[in-house]
Amino acid sequence: MGAVLPLFPPVASTYARQEDLLFYFLVAVTLFFVLLIFGSIFFFAVRYRRRTPDERAQPTRPNLPLEVAWTVIPLVIALVIFVWGAKLFFVAMRPPAQAVEVTVVGKQWMWKIQHADGTREINALHIPVGTPIKLILTSEDVIHDFFVPAFRIKRDVVPGRYTTAWFEATTPGTYHLFCAQYCGTNHAAMIGSVVVMEPADYERWVRARTSPVLPASAGAVLFQRLGCSSCHQTNTNAKAPALAGLFGQQVTLADSRQVTADMDFLRDHILTPGKTPVAGYPQIMPTYQGQVSEEQILELIAYVRSLARAERSQGGS
Amino acid sequence: MTESIAGLEHQFETLEQQHEAGWLGMWAFLATEIMFFGGMFTGYVIYRWAYFGAFAAGSKDLEIWAGTLNTLVLICSSFTMVLAVHAAETGERRGQIGFLLATMFLGTVFLGVKGYEWTTLFRDHHVPGIGFHFSGPYQNTAQIFFSFYFALTGMHALHMVVGVGLLTFLLVKAWRAEFTPAHHAAVDIIGLYWHFVDIVWIFLFPLLYLVDRHR
Amino acid sequence: MSMVQTAPSYLEDGHGLASWLLTRDHKRIALLYLVSIIGFFFLGAIFAGLIRVNLLSPQGDLVRPQTYNTFFTMHGLIMIFFFLIPSIPAVLGNFVLPLMIGARDLAFPKINLLSWYIFIVGGLFTISAGLFGGVDTGWTFYTPFSSIYSNSNVVLTVIGIFIVGFSSILTGLNFIITTHTMRASGMTWFRLPLFIWALYATSLIMVLGTPVLATTLVLVALERVFHLGIFDPSRGGDPIYFQHLFWFYSHPAVYIMILPSLGVMSETITCFARRRIFGYNAIAFSSLGIAVIGFLVWGHHMFVSGQSVYVGMMFSLLSFLVAIPSAIKVFNWMATLYGGTIAFDTPMLYSLGFIGLFTVGGLTGLYLAAMGVDIHVHDTYFVVAHFHYIMVGGAVMGFMAGLHYWWPKITGRLYPEVWGRLAAIITFLGFNLTFFPQFILGYLGMPRRYHMYPPEFQALNVLSSAGASILGIGYLLPVIYLLWSLRRGQVAGPNPWRATGLEWQTPSPPPTANFEAPPVVREEPYSYPTWEAQID
Repeated sequence: MGAVLPLFPPVASTYARQEDLLFYFLVAVTLFFVLLIFGSIFFFAVRYRRRTPDERAQPTRPNLPLEVAWTVIPLVIALVIFVWGAKLFFVAMRPPAQAVEVTVVGKQWMWKIQHADGTREINALHIPVGTPIKLILTSEDVIHDFFVPAFRIKRDVVPGRYTTAWFEATTPGTYHLFCAQYCGTNHAAMIGSVVVMEPADYERWVRARTSPVLPASAGAVLFQRLGCSSCHQTNTNAKAPALAGLFGQQVTLADSRQVTADMDFLRDHILTPGKTPVAGYPQIMPTYQGQVSEEQILELIAYVRSLARAERSQGGS
Repeated sequence: MTESIAGLEHQFETLEQQHEAGWLGMWAFLATEIMFFGGMFTGYVIYRWAYFGAFAAGSKDLEIWAGTLNTLVLICSSFTMVLAVHAAETGERRGQIGFLLATMFLGTVFLGVKGYEWTTLFRDHHVPGIGFHFSGPYQNTAQIFFSFYFALTGMHALHMVVGVGLLTFLLVKAWRAEFTPAHHAAVDIIGLYWHFVDIVWIFLFPLLYLVDRHR
Repeated sequence: MSMVQTAPSYLEDGHGLASWLLTRDHKRIALLYLVSIIGFFFLGAIFAGLIRVNLLSPQGDLVRPQTYNTFFTMHGLIMIFFFLIPSIPAVLGNFVLPLMIGARDLAFPKINLLSWYIFIVGGLFTISAGLFGGVDTGWTFYTPFSSIYSNSNVVLTVIGIFIVGFSSILTGLNFIITTHTMRASGMTWFRLPLFIWALYATSLIMVLGTPVLATTLVLVALERVFHLGIFDPSRGGDPIYFQHLFWFYSHPAVYIMILPSLGVMSETITCFARRRIFGYNAIAFSSLGIAVIGFLVWGHHMFVSGQSVYVGMMFSLLSFLVAIPSAIKVFNWMATLYGGTIAFDTPMLYSLGFIGLFTVGGLTGLYLAAMGVDIHVHDTYFVVAHFHYIMVGGAVMGFMAGLHYWWPKITGRLYPEVWGRLAAIITFLGFNLTFFPQFILGYLGMPRRYHMYPPEFQALNVLSSAGASILGIGYLLPVIYLLWSLRRGQVAGPNPWRATGLEWQTPSPPPTANFEAPPVVREEPYSYPTWEAQID
């Protein structure tokens, strides 16, 4: 029956279990009001049907307590659902600190995925059970949407910026991955699979892949090849700020605003340096628009982030 | 029955009702115009906050004398419009014609100056799209400033053209002496439209031309 | 009491094409609109039929994917802009509003006619875009796909929608001014039929919301033609800005589509239960409340777009609040049915169906307003089912209820009651079979706008397509019997339903000037006689 006429998606993530609870509550509320309204209609249709052509109705008398009741009770129910839904949303928006990062680049009409250890996949994502995964998503062209029904997660994939989503899979299996934001001709073909494996199986899968290059290492190579190192040297100089320890810090812009040097910031400064110029430096950085792909930008960012870690470990330990 | 009252349309009971409907109709229409320009103004405000440097650079590129002149021209045209309405209220045909012509002339001057500005921007390759070039660090994002500049002033100019057309319509009627102190609602109502288009410019001028000018 | 007809009916007052195409009579303009929107409805329905046939098989290869994408785009654009938005206001509102308030016509008859011509021109642009290969962006035109990547007739379509928006604005302006300035003597605001309140609230939205759509479409067209960069991330633009602009209009637009139907309900339920409405003030103010709050919820279409979580919470809360006035209306109608004397004529059948389906549609909106659940069901068939329950189960059934209710007034003929009831029942059943499976499909995860799908979704899709064929019959039947009634239907007197309301105090069909003498109003609305021994 499930294969021919499925009625409910698999429950395969921690979030799915929580979200389904609210869904069941909503179904219960729906059933209650549907039965109430449909039932009343049926009952009134029978009880108050016109028996003679000149039959007269009961007078309409005001009933303030009734009106207050049917305003307040739905309002309370609505607010309960609102609070519950908002709390769930916060859960979905706050990846745990120990989540493993996976980057996803969507383009017409495929998903290009890279694990933290550099392993690349196309239209597939292999993950172990019980490990929180944080997705960092961006698009090369139009807006897409990364949707895994079994996990109940969905996030728009937007060109020009990074969005994030997270999940923790609970049940091994192969689950649908859909693009859920219309993106052109083959939108319906932009699908894939998320394969959830027991930790042991996942280890075996990882070892079976050809040795991948760490994103930060690939980023280091790019950093040299593209000439970034000629200005961005180990120490800050007059031409360009040093990048070690930069990631996550506050930066002052030329118009005195303070922003955080996050992934979007770094990406903007690689592609459109003049967009939000940094205070205290001449605007001489060239744009790399058209010279680097989204994956290469992610590798460069991984490299810059690794510089921060190296600095801290040098100083701290 | 009611057709015997000059200018009373068949659906109305009294001229008073007709005037009230006309007034209310024009105010409601102006509300729609506020919403129309409001969408673009909102976008402008958001991008200006995000790219202040680029917007300041783009704004400095505009010719402030042209913008100031146009502001004065429009304010004068609103004044002449008020005088035209007054002439309609007092039944002075020559005053009506004269002030309507003056308003139309000033409106055309505005459009001429605007045309000059646009030509200059075109010559300097500051028209957004293929061929846009803006020297300096804001090369990329200055285009957004100019996109809003052309969208906003373009829409405004379109409304000015419509306004001049409406004034021509009034001019014809005034020439035929069709306006009387009792029956000149069209002049009032189109005057209201003209003032509105003027006010939109009063907002556009500082937002586009005066960004960061105090430095 | 016999009505001595001194003036010819509006149908007899002038013959020939010119007397129709150059008319200023709101009643004739209403009929011009009726013919046009029915044409667009069936055009949109053909696209829907093609979609449902394509979705019978998981491979979805009835047509090429690109073609399928133009089908759902055209279906949405036509149904929303050329059928739903004008339907009740431009047909029933145009016809009935002046009659209901005791006026001879709307405030601006020539602008009324202009609005129809604008409607037709906008329609021609959009149809021509279809003939040139269609547009494939979805009716939502999201950037940067629509502004940069799509290779279809975006600009042509966008011009068509821009133009038709003015038709909406002019109709709304006309209704607002008419309601303010042309009510008959004694017709105070709180003696107005609730249909007028609904049309007034709708008109507020039309007038204030549509201009923002105009701006949005202008910017998309300029971006596409001149490569401006406002929505292009590689030029510093923001594609999400488009979504804010678009939904700022398009969410209130859905209230444009449903509010008039909600107004029709107050007329039909009072008439066919022959009882005064319960909670007149609550229903009147709830219409205004929906119009106002409806402008503040647009971000609920963007919970997963990367919008700030806190902003999302505001939109979510307001979306729950906007549901309350709708719930109040439903309860008020139930309280009107209670103690009534109910007849099951066709308008009542459509109305009862409306209440049930609108309740389901409205409740499923709560799932979407709940941010945590929306993550899962956003952009799936759950949303498709939700809005079809409101738009088709709600708005279209409301239109059918009103059309049948006022048909005798418009044409002077009664439609055949048996066929009317049959069509109502077939529509109700066909509708549920078509769209209920889509709730399940959506929660299972089937996304919108897919021409093909995983095989396990097939059974539900087949059920849905089967339902669509039944629904189609439900819509074809009225075309046949309503046309039949024009010649062969029983002649209706001025008030076949024995309803209250000024529109029933004049002959069917009315003379061009509506009333022989301007009416004077002395009663509260819906003053149906009750069994109490009192002076009625």
